[in-house]
Amino acid sequence: MATPTLDKTDNAEAGFADSPFITATFRIRRFNPEVSDEVQWQDFQIEIDPKERVLDALHKIKWEIDGTLTFRRSCAHGICGSDAMRINGKNRLACKTLIKDINPDKPITVEAIKGLTVLKDLVVDMDPFFQAYHDVMPFLITKGNEPTRERLQSPEDRERFDDTTKCILCAACTSSCPVFWNDGQYFGPAAIVNAHRFIFDSRDEAGEQRLEILNDRDGVWRCRTTFNCTDACPRGIEVTKAIQEVKRALITRRF
Amino acid sequence: MSSETSSAAAIGDVEGVSLYDVDHPAPVIEPPRKRTAKTPKASRGNFEMYAWLFMRLSGILLTVLVIGHLLIQLVLDGGVSKIGFAFVAGRWASPFWQVWDLTMLWLAMLHGGNGLRTVINDYAERDNTRFWLKMLLYTATVFTVLLGTLVIFTFDPNIR
Ligand code: SF4
Ligand code: FES
Repeated sequence: MATPTLDKTDNAEAGFADSPFITATFRIRRFNPEVSDEVQWQDFQIEIDPKERVLDALHKIKWEIDGTLTFRRSCAHGICGSDAMRINGKNRLACKTLIKDINPDKPITVEAIKGLTVLKDLVVDMDPFFQAYHDVMPFLITKGNEPTRERLQSPEDRERFDDTTKCILCAACTSSCPVFWNDGQYFGPAAIVNAHRFIFDSRDEAGEQRLEILNDRDGVWRCRTTFNCTDACPRGIEVTKAIQEVKRALITRRF
Repeated sequence: MSSETSSAAAIGDVEGVSLYDVDHPAPVIEPPRKRTAKTPKASRGNFEMYAWLFMRLSGILLTVLVIGHLLIQLVLDGGVSKIGFAFVAGRWASPFWQVWDLTMLWLAMLHGGNGLRTVINDYAERDNTRFWLKMLLYTATVFTVLLGTLVIFTFDPNIR
């Protein structure tokens, strides 16, 4: 393995310590349909500062060891939602997970999120996920004439759905849901979170329609309150609570 | 993303020659019952909501009914050894216990049946498997409920 070279690091702190580098093993689940139909776990040993993120380790592997390693990332700062993956068995964003926080003494496993088709290495087909998102109509729907100025809203009304506005559509929640793993017809937590964001928005007027969509056979009633989604969400959204609020709205609407 | 076939080939190729290449990729593994644009649109109806509510409400009632039942049958007044034909006949002489047992039978069977229905919905992958498992479940549930009801109502203490 290459000896640590300080000039390569983009972490300014690294220059101060004696040697911040440790040797960590990344055990990555590889799949390349152009080579084999078999999935393989491949180990990569790299020298890395534990204060770096898993994404930096993946970069290091891709740029210095094996250029075929494939994964998605864009912003690298936890806002675009493209690099959700299963790290040590838990769904996280690679760009928000520090290596020191996930015990680098043991091999760190990295694999694609579950419940979606793996296309290559860590890249999955997100179409079913976004289909569910589209199906809840995640946009403002209003009746009547367009106002001449912006639609005002009180801070309290805004607060009502504040939590669910934070979603970055990373799919960490949906792909951690055991109901979704077994039945892709279920809307999944992310779609419900994004429906919640409009159902409880005082400016929106299609809440009733969205509730009706989620009242469906594959809607909120399939939630088993496992809390996997709340644990997985990198934005700290209380996903299960949002789902329960939609259930409550459905029941109080009827009775 | 670019892919260097030479080094990638080393990963997959165990037997020497790989069956797959860029033009003939291996099949990917799709998840069960994937959502597509053709996924059936929302159906109007509140069945799932009522089923969900029923589970909560019947659960509460069943806690009372079942714990009471267990206490009477197994703990109080001599415990399990007292249970015999005469004991059952004596209890069912009173309409109160008839109603108690009848409610317990119906609620427990529907509660359990609905629970199993959700388990089948969650875990059976193919539509056919789902359908037949559910048919089996419904048949068993209806049979047990009807048989139990029949016995409670037509019970004859002088049968011997
Ligand atoms: S709710 Fe959280 S975990 Fe789910 S898609 Fe949105 S940001 Fe990701
Ligand atoms: S790369 Fe954008 S969220 Fe991680």
